[in-house]
Amino acid sequence: MKYASQAVAKPYFIFAIMLFVGQILFGLIIGMQYVIGDFLFPEIPFNVARMVHTNLLIVWLLFGFMGASYFLVPEESETELYSPLLAKILFWVFAAAGVATILGYLLVPYARLAEMTGNDLLPTMGREFLEQPTITKIGIVIVCLGFLFNIVMTVLKGRKTVVTMILIMGLAGLSLLFLFSFVNPDNLVLDKFYWWWVVHLWVEGVWELILASILAFILIKTTGVDREIIEKWLYVIIAMALITGIIGTGHHYFWIGTPEYWQLWGSIFSAMEPIPFFMMTVYAFNIYNQRKREHPNKAAVLWALGTSVMAFLGAGVWGFLHTLAPVNYYTHGTQITAAHGHMAFYGAYVMIVLAIISYAMPLIRGKAAANSNQAQVWEMWSFWLMTVSMVFITLFLTGAGILQTWLQRVSDTPMSFMATQDQLQIFYWLREIAGAVFLIGLVVYLISFFIKGDEEASA
Amino acid sequence: MTETQQNGTTIFKEVTIMSERFTKSMARNIFYGGSLFFVLVFLGMTLDTQRKLPKRDHRENITEQVAHGKRIWEENDCVGCHSLLGEGAYFAPELGNVYPRRGGPFIKAWMQAMPTNTPGRRQMPQFNLSEEELDAIVAFLKWTSEINTANWPPNKEG
Ligand code: HEM
Ligand code: HEM
Ligand SMILES: [Fe+2]
Repeated sequence: MKYASQAVAKPYFIFAIMLFVGQILFGLIIGMQYVIGDFLFPEIPFNVARMVHTNLLIVWLLFGFMGASYFLVPEESETELYSPLLAKILFWVFAAAGVATILGYLLVPYARLAEMTGNDLLPTMGREFLEQPTITKIGIVIVCLGFLFNIVMTVLKGRKTVVTMILIMGLAGLSLLFLFSFVNPDNLVLDKFYWWWVVHLWVEGVWELILASILAFILIKTTGVDREIIEKWLYVIIAMALITGIIGTGHHYFWIGTPEYWQLWGSIFSAMEPIPFFMMTVYAFNIYNQRKREHPNKAAVLWALGTSVMAFLGAGVWGFLHTLAPVNYYTHGTQITAAHGHMAFYGAYVMIVLAIISYAMPLIRGKAAANSNQAQVWEMWSFWLMTVSMVFITLFLTGAGILQTWLQRVSDTPMSFMATQDQLQIFYWLREIAGAVFLIGLVVYLISFFIKGDEEASA
Repeated sequence: MTETQQNGTTIFKEVTIMSERFTKSMARNIFYGGSLFFVLVFLGMTLDTQRKLPKRDHRENITEQVAHGKRIWEENDCVGCHSLLGEGAYFAPELGNVYPRRGGPFIKAWMQAMPTNTPGRRQMPQFNLSEEELDAIVAFLKWTSEINTANWPPNKEG
């Protein structure tokens, strides 16, 4: 670690991992409710457990992005962080707000939570992924602004690199677009239209800038390849991401009441969205193959290369699968969507956060460059366990989705939703088993932090 | 060196030369220019959508009751189990077309009968809604079912 203030990333990373564990536990609960319908009912209804699962995901990724920024921006800018104190205060504010919100979900009925937090004054609750009480949303905005301020001030007083510029654009875009979570008109069509400005323009827009810049940073650090080359292709990748992804929003405007020309433009542009993901894969492997040195942190390199592959599979391939309007007509809102959502989020955003944690944590914990080989072996095992089980989760859900689409949508004598679900039980059981293996992988990951090992790998 | 290896080397050299002529500042310009251009196009399409929507979303029928129904829909997080026009969760049936599928009286009776407590079956909570709130939910679902969704879903099962 080159600058003492980089260490403020540590609580962000640790808390992110704790929330990750919570996310997976609740994933297993809702996965179980898919097969044993009354599991934990009425204590934890499905919708409550689901919002815990998805909100923990989003919040821990945000913690991860923030930790990543606090770690890499001082190093890129070659200066201490503008205000480590602000970073620490914001950590506790965000963590407290997050914990309070999750407890709110679990301890009181959702309608009561809405009432208690004054949802009628500015109704924003009860929409997928944006279930947080309005005051929590306001808190998120404040935390994001304070965080951005800190990062921007650091860059302004230090060296300006392409990596930090792009990271800041991504983070600023993230904060700006989140403001659309406050847009909730009575007209459902408009509500949905702008809801996607948060959800789609995040994951297929500004978050890709964050992903690409963190990836570029790790590649620069671990391969020793000339920064000029890495930065040039970084520009090309994010250019393609935004050129395809912005109009690509149209793939959500097929069937929600919006004009029908979106079927054409949404299909064309979103069909090109895999291009930047594919370029990212080629880019990561090319740079790795041109490496000037063998970095001792093999686990971090594995996560970085892994994210480039899995993001392409989950977002690129599984996204393309159902993005053309004539296909989406049948698959819209089925288990195909869930299959894609899982692998895309895991491949692109979970893995990049785990990659930067893998690179940064040993340095923050005072190692020269990497953990001991033993610790890395544990970490790499967790990489394979989690990644392979996510592949299986995706495959089982895809199987369920294809059968569901067939029985309920395509067939001349369509089955009802619930009758169809009964036919999919086997897939859901297999998904749950794969999910249990994922949890084992996560436990192995946690253990890897406590493996000492005798020989310190040297830089 | 075999012929294929030589070819490979030539191609590699050409690619290297090409990528040297293609400079970082060109890449940066493509990024800023391209992004800005498509942001503007997207805003233009948004404006056009806003103009055309009234014909498709029959907003003139959003009564106070419909708006109230939407709020109840949100404040009970119905979308945490169901999908609405294909968006939401996939645990329970699509409700964008439940009004034509089942009708108002059925929907109200259904919500009042929850939970079924059938062992092993997926359970829907009891939300304890008043008669007036149930009517509002039904009005909201009726209005939703009349949005022009380009013929989605493919059949009444949603
Ligand atoms: C890392 C990037 C991505 C992530 C994290 C992601 C995640 C998701 C999630 C969670 C959903 C479900 C949203 C909901 O609940 O309604 C979704 C829907 C969808 N995604 Fe992605 N996605 C990504 C990239 C892509 C790409 C590149 C494509 C196209 C090539 C794509 C195509 C779609 C489509 C068509 C839907 C709608 C499915 C439906 O109609 O039900 N996604 N995505
Ligand atoms: C143990 C593993 C997991 C299990 C059993 C599991 C299970 C589930 C279930 C049952 C749902 C609800 C589907 C519905 O709406 O009906 C869901 C939603 C979701 N989960 Fe997971 N999950 C797991 C891991 C993960 C991981 C690792 C991620 C992120 C990388 C993730 C991200 C999501 C997302 C984004 C959604 C919303 C999907 C959508 O709207 O299409 N889950 N999960
Ligand atoms: Fe999308």
